[in-house]
Amino acid sequence: MASISLCIAAMLLLGIVGMARSWLGRAHEVVHGGMALVCGAAALTVLVRLAGDGTDVEILALPVGLPWLRANLRLDALSAVFLLAVNLVGCLSAVFGWSYARHEAEPGRVLPFFPLFIAGMNLVLVADDAFVFLMAWEFMSLSSWLLVLASHREEETRRAAYVYLVMASFGTACLLLAFGILAGQAGGYGFEAIRAHPPGAVPASVAALLVLLGAGSKAGLVPLHVWLPLAHPAAPSHISALMSGVMTKVAIYGLIRVLFDLVGEPLWWWGAVLAVLGAVTAVAGVLYALMQDDVKKLLAYSTVENIGVIVIGLGLALVFKSSGVPALAALAMTAAMLHVLNHGLFKSILFFGAGAVLTATGERDLDRLGGLIHRMPATALFCLVGAAAISALPPLNGFVAEWMLFQAVLNGPLLEQWELKIGFAVIGALLALSAALAAACFVRFYGIAFLGRARSPGAAQAREVDAVMLSAIAVPAVLCVVVGVLPKLAIAMIEPANRLTTGEGMFDAGGHGGWVWLAPASAFGNSYSGFMMFMTILILTILAVFMIHRYASNRVRRSIPWACGFTDPAPLGQYSASSFAQPLRRVFAGQIFGARETVDMPAPGETRPARFTLEMRDPAWDRLFTPVVRLVGWLADRIDGLQFLTIRQYLSLMFFALVLLLVMVAVSQ
Amino acid sequence: MPGIHYDIAHMLGAVVLLMSFALLYQRRLFAIIQAFALQSVVLAAAAAWQGYIQDAPHLYITALLALSMKAIAIPVALHRVIDRLNIRRTVDTALGVGPTMIAGVSLVTLSILLVLPVTADVTALTREDLALALSVVLLGLLTMITRRNAIGQVVGFMSLENGLILAAIGVEGMPLIVEMLVAFAVMVAFIIFGIFFFHIRERFDTLDLHTLENFRGERR
Repeated sequence: MASISLCIAAMLLLGIVGMARSWLGRAHEVVHGGMALVCGAAALTVLVRLAGDGTDVEILALPVGLPWLRANLRLDALSAVFLLAVNLVGCLSAVFGWSYARHEAEPGRVLPFFPLFIAGMNLVLVADDAFVFLMAWEFMSLSSWLLVLASHREEETRRAAYVYLVMASFGTACLLLAFGILAGQAGGYGFEAIRAHPPGAVPASVAALLVLLGAGSKAGLVPLHVWLPLAHPAAPSHISALMSGVMTKVAIYGLIRVLFDLVGEPLWWWGAVLAVLGAVTAVAGVLYALMQDDVKKLLAYSTVENIGVIVIGLGLALVFKSSGVPALAALAMTAAMLHVLNHGLFKSILFFGAGAVLTATGERDLDRLGGLIHRMPATALFCLVGAAAISALPPLNGFVAEWMLFQAVLNGPLLEQWELKIGFAVIGALLALSAALAAACFVRFYGIAFLGRARSPGAAQAREVDAVMLSAIAVPAVLCVVVGVLPKLAIAMIEPANRLTTGEGMFDAGGHGGWVWLAPASAFGNSYSGFMMFMTILILTILAVFMIHRYASNRVRRSIPWACGFTDPAPLGQYSASSFAQPLRRVFAGQIFGARETVDMPAPGETRPARFTLEMRDPAWDRLFTPVVRLVGWLADRIDGLQFLTIRQYLSLMFFALVLLLVMVAVSQ
Repeated sequence: MPGIHYDIAHMLGAVVLLMSFALLYQRRLFAIIQAFALQSVVLAAAAAWQGYIQDAPHLYITALLALSMKAIAIPVALHRVIDRLNIRRTVDTALGVGPTMIAGVSLVTLSILLVLPVTADVTALTREDLALALSVVLLGLLTMITRRNAIGQVVGFMSLENGLILAAIGVEGMPLIVEMLVAFAVMVAFIIFGIFFFHIRERFDTLDLHTLENFRGERR
C-alpha cells in the first residue's frame, strides 16, 4: 500500500514537473522517463503481490480531505489486478510517448496531464471511501478531458471534448447518487461501513442501476458509448491507448467494486440486465467498428465491443453468484478479468501501432494506407499479433478469455429460471456473432492498412518508427503470446480477486490439469491448453514451410499482378476498406445504422467519374441523445419564462413554494 | 398566577394576528397604514407583557422600539409619502375579499397544524405564540402578493417582520441583539423603499406596480 501511495505521489509530482515545462529544459524526458519508471515500479509491486499470496488487505488512512473524514485507501486483490493493468499500460505508453510526443505541437497541453491522468486512475483503484473514489474519478475524468482537448484548434476535437465532458459529468452525478443511497441514512461513506450495512433490496437495486449508468457511461456501454469514438481519435495515440485500454477498465472496476463487493447480496436480474446490455454492446460495437474508415475510430468502437464482452462476463458472474453456483460465477469472473488484462495489452499494441502508422504516414484513413508491411515490417508484425489476439485466435490471450466465457455460457442450463436458460443461449449466440464480426473487422483493418499496395504518397514513403516506440509495441505483443500460451500464470494472479468478489475460486484453482491444461469447469468437462495449441500450430507451420520448400518450386517468379483486366492497375483499384465492409453493411446497416448508399453513375459517353457516397448515422444519437437534447431545450424554453416575472409573481412563487413545503412538513408528521 | 399571564399573552398575540387579517382586507392605503400601526401597538404591548412575565427587562426595550418605530415613525413617514405623492385616494386593487380571507384562514390552520406537533415538548405559551407568529408571517407574505401598490407591499413586508418579532419575544432567553438587528434591518429596508418610492414616482408618475411591469415589457 505504502509503495503504491508513494508511486501516486510521484506521479502527482511529475505532473507538476510537466506544468513547469517552460522553465525546465528536459521536462519531456523527465516526465516520460519518470512515468515509465514509476508505473513500472507500481506494476512490479502489484505483480509481486499477486504472484505471492495476494489475499491480504492493506489499509491506509491519510490525514487529508474533509475535516471529519480521512482519505481512506485500501489495496486488496481486486484493486491489485486493475492496478496491474493500469500501471503496465501506463508504463508502456510513457515509453511510447517518449518518442511519439516529441512531434506534439503543444507539449504543454499533454505533459502535465499525462501523469495526473494515470495518478487519478490509480487513486480510484485504491479508494476506500466514497469521497476519495468520486474525487479520484473526477480527477481522472477531467485530466483525460484536458488530454482530449490537446489539439484544441480542430473543430472536431472541441466537439469531442464537449461530448466527453457532458457524459463524464452525467456519469459522476449518477455515481454520486448511487453512493448516497449506499451510504444510507446513517451516512457511512467509508466502504467498510457500506459493506457492514448493505441497503435493502429496493435501494440496492436503484443504486445498482445508477452505478450501471455512471460506470457504464465511462466504460462505453451502448447506448452511452457516443463520447468514446469521438474522444479517442482526438487524443494523442498513447493517450488513446490509456483511455481505451485502461480508463474504461477503471469504470469496470467501479462496477465490480459496487455490485460484487459493496452492495451485499446481489439480485439475479441485475446480472441479466448486465449480460443483455453487454451482449448488445458487444455486437453493436463491433458492427460500428466494421464500418469505420478512421483507424483510431475503428479501434475505439472495438473497445466498445470488448467492454461488452467483459460486461457479459460480469453479468453471468452476477447471475451465477445470486443463483448459488459460485464456482461458475468465479469462472465468468475470471474470464471477465482476464479479458480486462488482455484488452489492455492488445488495445495498446493496436493504438501504439496506429500511432506509429500516423507518425510514419500522416494518415489515419484506412483507404489512404496500404502496403505498410513492406515499409514498416516490425510494426506490421506486432500489429498482426495484436489483431490476431483481439480477434480471439488461438493460441493468443484473447482466445483464452473468450473460451472461458463460452464455458460459462454453456453451463447456463444449470440455472433454475427458464428465462435465464434461454437468455444464456441468446447471449452465447450474440457473443459468438460479435467474436466472428471482430475477426472480420480486424482482417479488414490489417489487410487494408498493411497489405496490398500503398494508396497514398504518405503510405508509399513511410519509414519504420524508432526503436523506443517499437519496444513499447513489442512488449505487449510478447505478453499476449505468453498469456495465451500459459494462461494459468495470469489466472493464478486473478484468483484472489475472484475469491474476493464471488466468494469462490474457479474449479481449476487447485492446479487441476497441471500447468498445461486449463479445465475451468470440472475435471471431466472441456479443457484447453494454450501450450499444446501453440506447439501444434508451430509444428504444422514448420511442416508446411518444409513441404513447400521441399516439394514446390522455391524460385522467385515475378509477373504483373492480375488487376481486373486493366493493364496499369492504380492502387485505388484494390479492394478497399469500404468494399470490404460492404456485404456486412448491406446485411446490418439498413436497420441499425440507417445507412444509405447512393451511386451517381454517369450515362454512357459521359466522361465524368462515377461517384459513390455513403451516409451512416449512429442510432444512439438519433433515438436517445437527440430526443433528450430536444427535451432539455424545450424545458429550458419553458423555464426561461421565470426570468421575466413581475415582482408579485416572484413573491407568489416564493410564497407558494413555502406553503407547499410547510404542507409537506405538516402532512409528513 | 400563570393562568392569567398566559391568557393575556395569548390574547395580545391573537390581536396581532387579527390586525394581520385587517391588513389583508383593507383596500385603501390609508386604512392599511392604520391597521399596521395598530398591529405594531399591540405588538409593543405584547412585548412589554412578555418582558413582565418572563422577567426579562430587555424586552421593554423591544417594546419601546416597536412602539416608537413601527407604531409611530414608519406610519407617519408613510403618511407623508402618501401626502407628498398625492395618492391618498388610491384604492389598492387586491384579490377579492372573500378568497383572501379564505386563504388567510387556511394559512392560520396550516401554521397551527404545523407548529403544535413540532413543539410538543415546550411550554404552552411558546407553542401558541409560535403558531400565531408563523400565521402573521404567512399572512404578511400573502398581503404582499395580493397588493398592486408598492406601499401596500411595503406594509405587508413590515407586518411580516412583526410576526418575526412576535416569535422572538415569545421564546425565553432570546437575546436583545437579535431583535435589535431585525429592527434595524427593517429600518434600512424602509429607507431604501422610501428612496425607491420617489424614484419610481418621479419616473412613472405612479406607484402602481402595473406600470413598472409594462415598462419592463413583461408578460402579464
